[in-house]
Amino acid sequence: MNKPLPTHNLSIYVANRPGALARIAQTFSRRGFNIESLVVSAGVTGDFSRMTITAKGDAAGLEQIIMQCSKLVDVLACREHTDEEVVARELALVKLAVDSARRGEVLQIADHFHAKTVDLSETSIVLEATGSSEKLDAMVDLLRKFRIIEIVRTGKVIMARGERET
Amino acid sequence: MSENHTNGAETLIRSLEHAGIKLAFGIPGGSAIPIYDALYKVRRKMKFVLVRHEQGAAHEADGYARATGKPAAVLVTSGPGATNTVTGIMTAYMDSVPMIVITGQSARGMLGKDAFQEADVFNLTMPIVKHSYLVRSANDIPRIVREAYHIATTGRPGPVLIDVPKDVGTELCEVGLEADMNLPGYHPEPKGYTPETIRQIADALAHSRRPVIIAGHGAAISRAEQELRQLAETLQAPVTSTLLGKGVFPDSHRLSLQGLGMHGTAFANRAVVECDLMISVGARLDDRILGVASQFCKNAVKIHIDIDAAEFGKLVKPDIRCRGDAKTVLQDLLPLVKKGDTADWIKRIEGFKKKWPMGYSRKGGLHPPQIIDALNHLTDGKAIMVTDVGQHQMWAWQFYHCDNPWQFISSGGAGTMGFGLPAAIGAQFGRPGELVVAIVGDGGFQMTMSELATAAIHKLPVKVILMNNHYLGMVRQWQDMFYDERYSGVDLEGNPDFVALAKAYGILGLNLKRAADIPKVLQKALAHPGPVLVNAEVVHHEEVFPMVPPGKPLEETVMEHPRRRRGRPAGRPGKPAAAGKKTGGAQGRKS
Ligand SMILES: Cc1ncc(C[n+]2csc(CCOP(=O)(O)OP(=O)(O)O)c2C)c(N)n1
Ligand SMILES: [Mg+2]
Repeated sequence: MNKPLPTHNLSIYVANRPGALARIAQTFSRRGFNIESLVVSAGVTGDFSRMTITAKGDAAGLEQIIMQCSKLVDVLACREHTDEEVVARELALVKLAVDSARRGEVLQIADHFHAKTVDLSETSIVLEATGSSEKLDAMVDLLRKFRIIEIVRTGKVIMARGERET
Repeated sequence: MSENHTNGAETLIRSLEHAGIKLAFGIPGGSAIPIYDALYKVRRKMKFVLVRHEQGAAHEADGYARATGKPAAVLVTSGPGATNTVTGIMTAYMDSVPMIVITGQSARGMLGKDAFQEADVFNLTMPIVKHSYLVRSANDIPRIVREAYHIATTGRPGPVLIDVPKDVGTELCEVGLEADMNLPGYHPEPKGYTPETIRQIADALAHSRRPVIIAGHGAAISRAEQELRQLAETLQAPVTSTLLGKGVFPDSHRLSLQGLGMHGTAFANRAVVECDLMISVGARLDDRILGVASQFCKNAVKIHIDIDAAEFGKLVKPDIRCRGDAKTVLQDLLPLVKKGDTADWIKRIEGFKKKWPMGYSRKGGLHPPQIIDALNHLTDGKAIMVTDVGQHQMWAWQFYHCDNPWQFISSGGAGTMGFGLPAAIGAQFGRPGELVVAIVGDGGFQMTMSELATAAIHKLPVKVILMNNHYLGMVRQWQDMFYDERYSGVDLEGNPDFVALAKAYGILGLNLKRAADIPKVLQKALAHPGPVLVNAEVVHHEEVFPMVPPGKPLEETVMEHPRRRRGRPAGRPGKPAAAGKKTGGAQGRKS
């Protein structure tokens, strides 16, 4: 049996140019790496973007990808971070089909995970939760006993702790 | 438009000239007409060459760059004009050749609407360019061209593509040619290493008793030939070179092992197998030289010098990695290198050379290696040798001996058939006073032979030697050796009369049919002031040896056909290959 492939956190700082995202995505797909989540947002100034990528694959392949991404003309930095080195957050919106009878049970779970109710109707509820991806996974798992209509997650964003650069 | 106003296309042509582009190849078309109009109106120093196929344009720019170290431009139209350059761009990319490709594009407002001749060339070429641009405003052109030239020519060189929508070409341009570059993520460092790395390398070298140097294209690109020679002579280490590294260390040098890998010399491969230290100078250590990557130099210390960090560990994990320009690294390293204690090793290598010399059959017809050997003598190893791809390419590599870099021009990483003739044309444009010889096969030549027109029109005295074996020979060799002689799709029946073809272009065409005529025909070709096509009717069945069979380590370099046993004809059933039977020569089977 194949060992499950490890998940890696990558942070890429890139000049905000047309095509930059496509070039980076190609670097992954060419090596058969599956991108699990990808978050692109503005950097400190609009001239730069920050990409946070989580991807599954073997370590040697990842090292190649990091070097190939670093080599792209638009890329200023491409780094891998272990979970311990970073603050990692993700936001999830979960829409559940619940009527007033079972709402209390849902709210109890939400409370445990510090999730907020951001929309409520006779038949549905939308929860907003923030935290580590693992925490969100755990919450979603518990909510599965209700009928989940939709889940939207932002994907993980990370920032290096202390003086280190992300 | 007032006098001092200029449009995007004119700015483009002026910017290319301003950057230092001396030569452009191409074919116009609808979306490129503004660019060609500007060429007509404002071109001054840059020469323009109208080609017959855009693939030819790209290979010509490529050959020019490999022969001179400077990029040329390719100017083509959108859609099919641009896609016809794709093979040429990929060829340049794989071999780290600088090139500026300008493609016309549909007008901005039509992008993404499947306009006539619209192709998304920016995305289409993304994996085969060093960088690329889709120009959105005429005012960006001076900056983009300056950046493109800088990116193409620095660090590890490569092709850069600029896609220019038609209406950007006609848009008013309000900026001058002097533009600042804005490349915050691009830092090609000739010194991406620390003095500590250099000390480590020197230390490893000092402890080696059986060192081998592998010289690659990077050493040639950075013109590190003197430093490399000094390193080899001080260390007393043998040097083998990759296909693209040929010439950066003189083939004629006592310490030269010539080429390594799949069709390298048996002595180079053996030296690599037995070495205790391998130092690669500007070679990316690709699968054609490694045999089996995991077994390559298994017990040796591996030192990898490369300007491109992404090459480290791609196939071979180095013990010491040193990111930098080959010449710069060697200049820093040489003061620390002590005379090597390698007398026994060199003696052993002399033994390998005696045991497995390079040789070829001379019997039963005309043999390509024989022709190359003769050329080598007639030209004193001084010609710029350009090859196409196939068996003839390997024979040219094995039997033409070069002592200088930028002298042997061949498509390595891409192995692009059709490269030879146009690349030779480009090389001749770049070095007009020198002898340029193109060694081509009947298969590859027919892919770009329309470029004979370019040679004829510009009176380029390129000498094309066509090794006409009536086969896609290299594929036939694999089918012969590894597929039980099931020749599938390799018979080039219907080859034209190449001498008549040459004449049709107004070029001197010569037939070469007998070995005895080699000197006469070649001398006539070399003495002719214009382009020449020599159709050499070589044996149909002949294999390139030595060979490391695919999937085998360098240890298993074979010197002759493994299945060619006594009594077994060398040709396919019903077509005994009298001419192809190995009957003599240093590698011939003893019978
Ligand atoms: C464009 C392209 N198509 C196919 C190949 C595969 N290929 C490699 S060598 C070869 C045969 C080349 O035949 P020819 O040009 O006659 O040279 P020879 O090997 O006979 O010397 C082929 C088909 C290639 N390298 N490039
Ligand atoms: Mg052939």
